[in-house]
Amino acid sequence: MEERRLMKGNEAFGLAAILGGARYYFGYPITPQNEVTEFMSRELPNYGGFFLQAESELAAINMAYGASAAGGRVFISSSSPGLALMQEGLSGLASIEAPVVVLNVMRGGPGIGNIQPGQADYYQVTRGGGNGDYHLIVFAPASIQEAMDMIVEGFEIADRYTNPVLIAADGMLGQMMEPVTLPSMDKEYSLEKILKTKPWALTGHKNKRERNVIKSVYLKQELLEEHVLKIFEKYDKAVKELPSFEEVDLKDAEIVYVAFGTTSRMVKEAMELLKEKGVKTGLIRPKTLWPFPREAFDGIDKSTKMVVSCELSMGQMIDDVKLSLKGRLPVSLINRTGGMLLTPGEIVERTLKLL
Amino acid sequence: MRAIFEYTKGMRDQETHYCPGCTHGIAHRLIMEVLEEKGKLGEAIGISPVGCSILAHQYMDVDMVEAAHGRAPAVATGIKRVHPDAYVFTYQGDGDLASIGMAEIVHAALRGEKFCTFFINNAIYGMTGGQMAPTTLEGQKTTTTVMGRDPAVSGNPAVMCEMLSQLKGAVYVERVALNSPANIRKAKKAVSRAFEVQEKKLGFAFVEFLSICPINWGLAPSDAMKWLAENMMEVFPVKQFKNPLEVK
Repeated sequence: MEERRLMKGNEAFGLAAILGGARYYFGYPITPQNEVTEFMSRELPNYGGFFLQAESELAAINMAYGASAAGGRVFISSSSPGLALMQEGLSGLASIEAPVVVLNVMRGGPGIGNIQPGQADYYQVTRGGGNGDYHLIVFAPASIQEAMDMIVEGFEIADRYTNPVLIAADGMLGQMMEPVTLPSMDKEYSLEKILKTKPWALTGHKNKRERNVIKSVYLKQELLEEHVLKIFEKYDKAVKELPSFEEVDLKDAEIVYVAFGTTSRMVKEAMELLKEKGVKTGLIRPKTLWPFPREAFDGIDKSTKMVVSCELSMGQMIDDVKLSLKGRLPVSLINRTGGMLLTPGEIVERTLKLL
Repeated sequence: MRAIFEYTKGMRDQETHYCPGCTHGIAHRLIMEVLEEKGKLGEAIGISPVGCSILAHQYMDVDMVEAAHGRAPAVATGIKRVHPDAYVFTYQGDGDLASIGMAEIVHAALRGEKFCTFFINNAIYGMTGGQMAPTTLEGQKTTTTVMGRDPAVSGNPAVMCEMLSQLKGAVYVERVALNSPANIRKAKKAVSRAFEVQEKKLGFAFVEFLSICPINWGLAPSDAMKWLAENMMEVFPVKQFKNPLEVK
């Protein structure tokens, strides 16, 4: 039977990871995601899992790298400056083709910034941040329920693509409470069962097979190019299979907003207010930030005169919006940054000025 | 006729990329011989570092993974959580372990992680071409200390065994040298004890190997062996710092 609960975002994210089969979590305290780490320390051992508080985010991601290379199902979480420290490991995980689900509860930046919600990690999560040619698969939830579902699905996708999956939540989602329906749990879960699906994992060769070597160094340039091309075959597949979005009221819309995460909820309220004023607006809400759902923009109606990227940053996703539109329509930005939020009222006011 | 010495099954039949006179080959062999004698090659998981020995997995015939620079102890921590009964070891040089990876090794020791770390100290960066290492001796010339290491400018050598033996979680700490047949036999004994500590899940086991780098030291291998004995052993005394009662 479905179980309903009222849960705080950060605790719900942790529970989703456990229900999704994560049995290894390595964390380092950083606000506004501390409740994830605290929850995992309390709950993971009850499910036969292992929690460890690492000495740094750098160590945490490298512990995740080891546990994933050993075949474990691994979940880690951090917030913007902590994710910056994890970039070395994320590049490494993409190179050794090891799955892991990473939760980023984004806050204001740059630098130490502050602990208010932000979306200025868009570049960091979609454009790399680590060295070399690789991508993270990035999901952007707009509710706690959606985040839970994305985390559970994230493990399956990380395994399928043998690549890190990142959930880009923000401080607002992490700190608020919402009713959720719990995802169902795989009762048959066992490490043995998982290892059967990962013949590449480090287990010790038991004198029964050739040794497994997991590597990311390819000193011969021809071999490194070949390795990167092989990884990018997976990314080509991801671009075909994974883009996901929600569209709202595109038909007859004069203005189409593009917004993800909590910002999309402010935009939806602003759209109701504008409807009362007789302004028809629509919304494209990317659920995946990489691969970006470019095909969503094919659904924009002839009635649309302008596309507006709404972001809690100085305009980062707007680059992908422009790439998707290929110059067909003018693109504007409605934004706040530094941990400030967009209110529906401000969106309405700034939209009316654009008209 | 009875063979009195055989190449260990733990080493693959392959030429190494190490420079003439380098002691990495000896350290590799000792670790593999001990695992073979314990019948645990099939249970072993090794972590190779960034540095000359990044390709150790080409030679050691056990499951292995490369770690980013300095992170081998964190990677080993993750592996050991998934396979608590595996024989997990990190193999790290002085730049990797005592410079960029200082936090990871100290915290692995603080936690009493149940794996072994084999630390190759040759007082210089090998792969990048002879720069100052954290273990470079005072006055030693390197490509980044061309007048000799001046402690006023570049600090003092990192004495890892002395540091780590202060920590409760590091239960076995020994420094050995790879400069003579007698010392190499002692080194093998230390490797064996380190794995026994892990087998008995007593805590963190650390073995430092004083090693030579003839190419970057600018010395012939035989002179490099002498330089190790005359200069390194004074700063890095060869001795057992800690050994639990359960291990002989």
